[in-house]
Amino acid sequence: MNPASVQQLDVAKIRKDFPNLNVKVYGKPLVYLDNAATTLKPKPVIEAVQRYYETESSNVHRGVHFLSEKATTDFENAREKVRGFLNAPKKNQIIFTRGTTEAINIVAQSYGRAFLQKGDEILITHMEHHSNIVPWQILCEEKGCVLKVAPINENGELILDEFLKMLGPRTKLVSVVYISNSLGTVNPVQRIIDEAHRHNIPVLLDAAQAVNHRPVDVQELGCDFLAFSGHKLFGPTGVGVLYAKEELLQKMPPVQGGGDMIASVTFEKTTYNTLPYKFEAGTPHVAGVIGLGAAIDYVRSIGLERIAEYENQLLLYGTKVLSAIDGLRLIGTAREKSAILSFVLPEVHAHDLGTLVDEEGVAVRTGHHCTMPVMNFFKVPATSRASLSFYNTREEIDILVKAIHKAKKIFKN
Amino acid sequence: MADSRNELYQQVILEHNKKPKNFGKLEGATHFAEGYNPLCGDHLQVYLKINKENVVEAVSFDGSGCAISKASASMMTTSITGKNLSEVEEIFKQFHKLIVGELKPDRDKNILGKLSIFSGIWQFPSRVKCAALSWHAMHGAIHNEKKISTEN
Repeated sequence: MNPASVQQLDVAKIRKDFPNLNVKVYGKPLVYLDNAATTLKPKPVIEAVQRYYETESSNVHRGVHFLSEKATTDFENAREKVRGFLNAPKKNQIIFTRGTTEAINIVAQSYGRAFLQKGDEILITHMEHHSNIVPWQILCEEKGCVLKVAPINENGELILDEFLKMLGPRTKLVSVVYISNSLGTVNPVQRIIDEAHRHNIPVLLDAAQAVNHRPVDVQELGCDFLAFSGHKLFGPTGVGVLYAKEELLQKMPPVQGGGDMIASVTFEKTTYNTLPYKFEAGTPHVAGVIGLGAAIDYVRSIGLERIAEYENQLLLYGTKVLSAIDGLRLIGTAREKSAILSFVLPEVHAHDLGTLVDEEGVAVRTGHHCTMPVMNFFKVPATSRASLSFYNTREEIDILVKAIHKAKKIFKN
Repeated sequence: MADSRNELYQQVILEHNKKPKNFGKLEGATHFAEGYNPLCGDHLQVYLKINKENVVEAVSFDGSGCAISKASASMMTTSITGKNLSEVEEIFKQFHKLIVGELKPDRDKNILGKLSIFSGIWQFPSRVKCAALSWHAMHGAIHNEKKISTEN
């Protein structure tokens, strides 16, 4: 890694863009290491949301009046920003949702219900978030499909050979996480997609933990569906994206009915609107979408390659200093890893640690991280997780380490 | 810094965590329930031996959890042993009020004794459930509810 290019990221300047970093926690500076749960918001995002509510508060796609036209333009501009961000071929392939969870549920409830039959298999991995497990279980229960789970190894890596063996004539959909939220593992998604496509199996990528850490190009990847959340990409909560190949979206039935998703309605017959509106019933989260557009502009102004490089440096440093703590066990030690550090201590339970480091201003997540099967695999009830972003620093990791030592001392007595 | 929030991890709690009282299965238990907090994975079993006079002759617990849930379970076992069911009910009610901050031991008349150590936990809303888990399991066991979840 070239240290000169890392220095290009002016973290001190970047930190000034995030007002939430100024918050004091019990009189101490906030050390926010819970970025895999949600990221903080930069000023341009907050200002975009505020601007919408202050100057163009109105509904979209409905009015001919000044405000509605303005809001509609900004809303659709944000869709174009998402398209460019993912390098999707067309704007109409970008469906706004409430988040990753809703995006995956739309695929399960629309594509799954319409095109999967009894006995068909859906293949996922052992490291999925509950949001990429439960929607398929609901579908399996309804349609009599079978959920197949590819195993992971002790490092928290997908066992690719096993995964490939499970791709068979009955597999009708592959749905995998790009980057694991509880382990940080980066899955070999290109290989997964290519292999699945050799069997003509469509692939859904859960990219919730990926789009904020590395460039994601849906045409290069060739994935059939991709889901992510705005709030993990420095945007507002309550907004997310489903990208899909156009021919799939065209043949998929809508999941929700209502306003905006129709072309015409009579009591006898309703015809549906074109893409993407067929999947966007009801008034959308206009402010959220506009805020997401601003978040994408912000991230692109910094550059995801530079972000990835800087975060990797932080990860290496964090791995080194956490591993040096007596008894600390890292959960998730994949070769390809994102800046997520999950760990357990023999003498301090994760929840006690979470409370004790909080006293030092450090925000980490403790618990099962919505990945109970991962916890069961590693035979731990819970982990503490420090998840990093590009506004974090080595000094902040040092504060975490100090806080862990303090907690260990309290529990030693 | 003399931070009142730090009082959560007092010596008594740390000791009960390290060496919990009445830890393990109970021979001849008449009542049993498991308590589970799906949000954090804390999982405890509570065993009781209640005699014909409705007195708790013995009580024990096992399972895994954080220091707060283990210490609370340990102290629960010592505080209800030898008590009759109506006394247990009263302690249960008062403890519940204590951990949500409705009962202040220095102000309100109570029979909580050493359990007053949990009086500051209401300041940690996410940890109240840790302290409550074994108590709900115990209460459930007495009322023949075998599985207690903090999320129901």
